Amino acid sequence: MTRRLLLGNEAIGEGALAAGVRFFAGYPITPATEIAEFMARRLPAVDGTFIQMEDEIGSMCAVVGASLAGVKAMTASSGPGLSLKQEAIGMAAMQEVPCVVVDVMRVGPSTGMATLPAQQDVMQARWGTHGDRGAIALCPSSVKECFDLAVRAVNLAERFRTPVHLLADAEVGHMREVIDIPERVEIENRRRPTVPAGDPSFQAYAGDADGVPPMADFGAGYLWHAEASTHNARGDLASTDHVAAAALNRRLIDKVNQKAKEITFYSERRLDDAEVVIVSYGVSARGAAEAVEMARAEGIKAGLLTLQTIWPFPAHLIEGLMGEGEAAAKLRPQGGCPKAVLVAELNAGQVVIEVDRAVRGRASVELVGRHDGRILAPADILARIKEVR
Amino acid sequence: MASDNANNRWELRLSGTGGQGLMLAGLILAEAAGVVEGRKVVQTQSYGPESTGGAAKSDVIISADEILHTQVARPDILLCLSQEACTKYAKDVRPGGTLVIDPLFVRDIPTEAHGLKVVEVDATRKATELGRRVVANVVALGALVAVTRVVSRQAIEAAVLARAPKGTEDLNRRALQAGYEAIQG
Repeated sequence: MTRRLLLGNEAIGEGALAAGVRFFAGYPITPATEIAEFMARRLPAVDGTFIQMEDEIGSMCAVVGASLAGVKAMTASSGPGLSLKQEAIGMAAMQEVPCVVVDVMRVGPSTGMATLPAQQDVMQARWGTHGDRGAIALCPSSVKECFDLAVRAVNLAERFRTPVHLLADAEVGHMREVIDIPERVEIENRRRPTVPAGDPSFQAYAGDADGVPPMADFGAGYLWHAEASTHNARGDLASTDHVAAAALNRRLIDKVNQKAKEITFYSERRLDDAEVVIVSYGVSARGAAEAVEMARAEGIKAGLLTLQTIWPFPAHLIEGLMGEGEAAAKLRPQGGCPKAVLVAELNAGQVVIEVDRAVRGRASVELVGRHDGRILAPADILARIKEVR
Repeated sequence: MASDNANNRWELRLSGTGGQGLMLAGLILAEAAGVVEGRKVVQTQSYGPESTGGAAKSDVIISADEILHTQVARPDILLCLSQEACTKYAKDVRPGGTLVIDPLFVRDIPTEAHGLKVVEVDATRKATELGRRVVANVVALGALVAVTRVVSRQAIEAAVLARAPKGTEDLNRRALQAGYEAIQG
């Protein structure tokens, strides 16, 4: 274990290395550049490869190629870069290529405010690439979580054979905190085929019981085509085959969404008897936590649910917050529904849409948001708690 | 003493002009408290064009307890190595707080900051006397720690030396000492 003062962005790099990432391709962009700088310094020492590509699109494609060859691969960018990468992210989802895409969010639209924090890419991570698929996105709110969730992002990508988003924000990426870096972390590797190379029965896209097909490294002797058009279980082009299309789309959605509970990470603060619950993530959860403590000091029953997993959206946690379902035992052991839910986020309302949908009218749901490059101040969140209590 | 601080929590801002080494000073202070002493810290700083010119700042929060909100709004301690930084940030200091200035650069303390404890440290002049003006940041850091005792002398020295380029350890040690002497005489 090593104790170090690290930038959030550096901790993302440390986590990725610990989880086994050995390939990084990227293009410099504020506020994510320190991740590329870190990987450029550190990857050669572990026989890894760093490439600064010609642009964001090339970076994403290089990552897909490296992963097809069997290497754990990652790229990092910010909102504008994520926009450019979207086509290749969809390709990776369709070809089922594990990879991690970090987005250190800054204020948009477009080049917006390059150095300042936002959380405006939540829906971009979910719906930015075209077509249906189950998406995974994790959000760190501390430097420690930058490390931990980078490890988890790599593991989830391997486990589910899909691009995984790590959605940090400029504040978390650019702040320093002390973390203890463990000697070893729990690592998950993609499952390889059980049939031998050259076996004619090998089907590259036959989902196993959990819908995730074993993956052969390119060059390992298995015959398969990483097909971006609709394909059958063998990976053969099936772009007019309705049955194949229905099955493939269903599998790409279900393999992730049916495991939503397994993919859900969160933390909570003073929820059990809370009458006003804040749901937040990333840096906003830090200000929200302070607001909860300020409210409690004044005798107001406030609590906080901090989401580390944004996608698949953990609707079952919201159900638990309402005192129902199996998550209630943990979140609301005394049962009962809070009066109001506030969603604190640095945008004009993205996660609040999902929260509102999951609350289904059982409590009032309101946004505490801003998108001017400032983070939410605890006093401002406290004022809203007092309004809705 | 550090324990004089009511909540055992400190918010500090180190400010000046890009190039004076204040980002590094903030990092060293955060490492002294966080890595050497094992306390909780959050360090943030100006980014981009600001950090290479204009008023640059490095904010450090040090606490015995978990640090929630990450930003410093009302620092307890403000170090200013430029007039521009003093003009910009002195008004933010908490009532009863401390302002540490280098009188070579800071001539004018804004009226909003009157009532603060003001400590003058000839950091840049002392650094020049030591033969290297670039260690003014370490002199200032020594003085800041001597005034506030926000971290122990051993911790700040260990943190400075851990960051000192090879061959400059003695210079940095003397710079830190000069900062302490400026306060303690």
